Amino acid sequence: MSDEYEHKLEAKSDYTGDASSVSTPDIDAVPDAELPDQELYHSHSWWTTYVFSQDAKYIGIQYALTAIGTGLLGLVLSWLMRIQLAWPGLGWLEPSSYYQFVTMHGMIMVVYLLTALFLGGFGNLLIPLMCGARDMAFPYVNMLSYWAFVVAVVVLLASFFVPGGPTGAGWTLYPPQAITAGTPGYNGGIILMLISLILFVAGFTMGGLNYIITVLQLRARGMTLMRLPLTIWGIFTATVLAMFAFPALLVGCLMMTLDSLLGTSFFMPAMVSLGETLTHEGGSPILFQHLFWFFGHPEVYIVALPAFGIVSDLLSVHSRKTIFGYRMMVWAIVGIGALSFFVWAHHMYVSGMNPWFGFFFATTTLIIAVPTAIKVYNWILTLWRGNIVLSLPMLFSLGFIVTFLNGGLTGLFLGNVTVDVPLSDTYFVVAHFHMVMGIAPILVVFGAIYHWYPLVTGRMMNETLGKVHFWITFIGSYAIYFPMHYQGFVGVPRRYYEIYDSPYIDVSTLLLNKFITIAVLIVGAAQLLFLYNLFASARLGKKAEKNPWKANSLEWQTPQMPPEHGNWGKELPKVYRWPYDFSVPGAKEDYIPQTQPPSEIIGAKVEKT
Amino acid sequence: MIVALSIFLITVGSIAFHFWSPWWWTEVASNWGNMDDTILLTFWITGAVFVAILFFVAYCVWKFSYRKDRRAEYKPEDKKLESRLTWATAIGVAALLAPGLVVWNQYVSVPENAYKVEVFAYQWGWKYRLPGEDNILGKTDIKYINDENPFGLILEDPNGKDDLLVDAQELHVLKDRPVKFELRTIDVLHNFYVPQFRGKMDMVPGIVTYYWLTPTRVGDFEVLCAEYCGTGHYAMRGRVVVDEEKEYKKWEAKQITFEKMLAKNRKNDNLQLVKKDK
Repeated sequence: MSDEYEHKLEAKSDYTGDASSVSTPDIDAVPDAELPDQELYHSHSWWTTYVFSQDAKYIGIQYALTAIGTGLLGLVLSWLMRIQLAWPGLGWLEPSSYYQFVTMHGMIMVVYLLTALFLGGFGNLLIPLMCGARDMAFPYVNMLSYWAFVVAVVVLLASFFVPGGPTGAGWTLYPPQAITAGTPGYNGGIILMLISLILFVAGFTMGGLNYIITVLQLRARGMTLMRLPLTIWGIFTATVLAMFAFPALLVGCLMMTLDSLLGTSFFMPAMVSLGETLTHEGGSPILFQHLFWFFGHPEVYIVALPAFGIVSDLLSVHSRKTIFGYRMMVWAIVGIGALSFFVWAHHMYVSGMNPWFGFFFATTTLIIAVPTAIKVYNWILTLWRGNIVLSLPMLFSLGFIVTFLNGGLTGLFLGNVTVDVPLSDTYFVVAHFHMVMGIAPILVVFGAIYHWYPLVTGRMMNETLGKVHFWITFIGSYAIYFPMHYQGFVGVPRRYYEIYDSPYIDVSTLLLNKFITIAVLIVGAAQLLFLYNLFASARLGKKAEKNPWKANSLEWQTPQMPPEHGNWGKELPKVYRWPYDFSVPGAKEDYIPQTQPPSEIIGAKVEKT
Repeated sequence: MIVALSIFLITVGSIAFHFWSPWWWTEVASNWGNMDDTILLTFWITGAVFVAILFFVAYCVWKFSYRKDRRAEYKPEDKKLESRLTWATAIGVAALLAPGLVVWNQYVSVPENAYKVEVFAYQWGWKYRLPGEDNILGKTDIKYINDENPFGLILEDPNGKDDLLVDAQELHVLKDRPVKFELRTIDVLHNFYVPQFRGKMDMVPGIVTYYWLTPTRVGDFEVLCAEYCGTGHYAMRGRVVVDEEKEYKKWEAKQITFEKMLAKNRKNDNLQLVKKDK
């Protein structure tokens, strides 16, 4: 292998790339910069530094904190629901409040927590740093994106205070019930929900354009696309998906708003509502479902792909080993992203659409399992013969593998149209999607926060607290969702305010419900531990050394840590390799940062990237 | 060590729960036992993958745990291994999909000898309609729904006159005879679901959806609504009784035709009018 490498070095020395630095040896040549250095906005007051900030790092933190704050509300709502399910005799909630909480919990967690956190939070923090840019391409628009998100959250929360309360239509907001009497919040809450989503999409589009253009245009010299960390590949592809998927949600929301306020009939057929014949005529409720899931299924991957990317990097860094099959991983991310637009109607097998669609969508859905499986194989093959450090990010990554594998495999049940018939709309579905797009990505979020916390604050989070947090969260959430699948086999339908032991249920599901609820309360409470650790460590945490995990990617190679405004000091970084050169034979250290030129590691048997 | 052991125990525990927990599906009461078979097949294939991958992870964590004096292997790619794994997965997935599509084809193809029953859903309850002697369900329209004509049958359609209207939460069906449920809702989405029958289909206002099945054992089953339909969703329950021919005939004889119901309702209305006048 070494000869091969020497040969490549010779070939490389043929071209003279770097005209400015004559003194560097030819083997260290990187292509010239194609764009002049970015001119940055420099804040000059407290307001423009901390509130209306245009620095992507701050915006990322703002996004993350707002998303986590909203997510906490979602968590509390889940407690309230679970208590109702376990002890229905208490009369704890009215049915209408139960359905309102279910709806708000779902929407908050999927859109306002996970989407905002992964793309707005981690995207803003990591894209410029990992690509080697000074900031996002359009810092001002980036700021607007965050504030549009804030307004969207405020409108969403305002719906708790309008007459009738927030909408109780379920997070899928299916018409006609979403806007007809019989569903809580059918004339007030639902409108605010729709407006909030419209604002979210508008804000997200501003951020999303930034993420895409920054990745495509502002990468450091030498940072080819195939040298990008998988984190960036995940976030980038997810953003592209969002750009195509969110418009479907947007028009769906607009049309439903018109149906409700102006009496149009996009989604409303002639119908009777609680004894009264409505004036709507000729609309199609299934049309909304198509629009919703054309957004909704890619949305699953909008959350999952950044998690896939991040976990790949965490696994590689903390097992001190090259990510296995990088190119396959990139193509799998892109392939999953593309396929995710051809599977949406697997959410609608029993929706009343033409049943012959089932053949098509079952086939596409099972095809998507192949690239997804490849990703799982490559993660575990990264562990094989690694040198695994059981740090907090590694623990959470392992937790991700377990829960994602479980949730991914149950996806093969639901995607297979026949198996879906008895299981759809039961607790099997609830268990499946919480495992695969709730717990698994959240574990990655935690791993990522423990991993990048020193980059943001310059301090480490407390390891002991982190370990307690990990074990309770991981074991606890597995104990919540694994048994829940079996309630689905029994046939317990979802979205039931009260399940009570029906004649068809042989064994008490109430018993299982109590167990699950207790686990929910414990897991929820453990998150307080995390929050304490998150905020207290900013002051009390151990000072982090530079590049504390000995990682290769660019964000750890800034002149200062935490990086300052503009990230890179005077000179932008130059990139000579991919970020996965760990444990290279012949190298002195077990890692070679992306910025380390070949002339400094002569003798290391590194493969060309 | 603890981490590897935990992953191992979680895997073993999941399998133990699967085989020994009391929560499992109800005894099937229709011809859709083959859906259960498809699920079992899926369980075997995915279960094997689940166990293999997690045991592998546990082994890695145990065996390759960090040591300062050791370096990880440097092996960015292995084309052969990657392509083998891809093909093995593709074959496994095809093995899941093929039987699934065969059963789905049966599910959406209604046998010609199936008799029809209309299931009528509203917020929040069930009614049923049988085609009567002519075996044809009369046409309906939302506009015709009123107190006299709760099913909204079109009065001019002669096929509707002999339809048997079951204005109750309970339906009877025949054992061993294929039945096609024509699903109609007058307001929001609903879904006619009997856990033991396995079948399911949303009911959508404006269109009539369907599914079919052959009940295979006599019994009394609960109907649940399986598509969220508003505040009363959880309470929207009915009953289906599977009868032998003799019992079924007895029940059928008690149901009244549309024509008779109309006459009765009109008489009642007239009486009420008379009362009001006094």
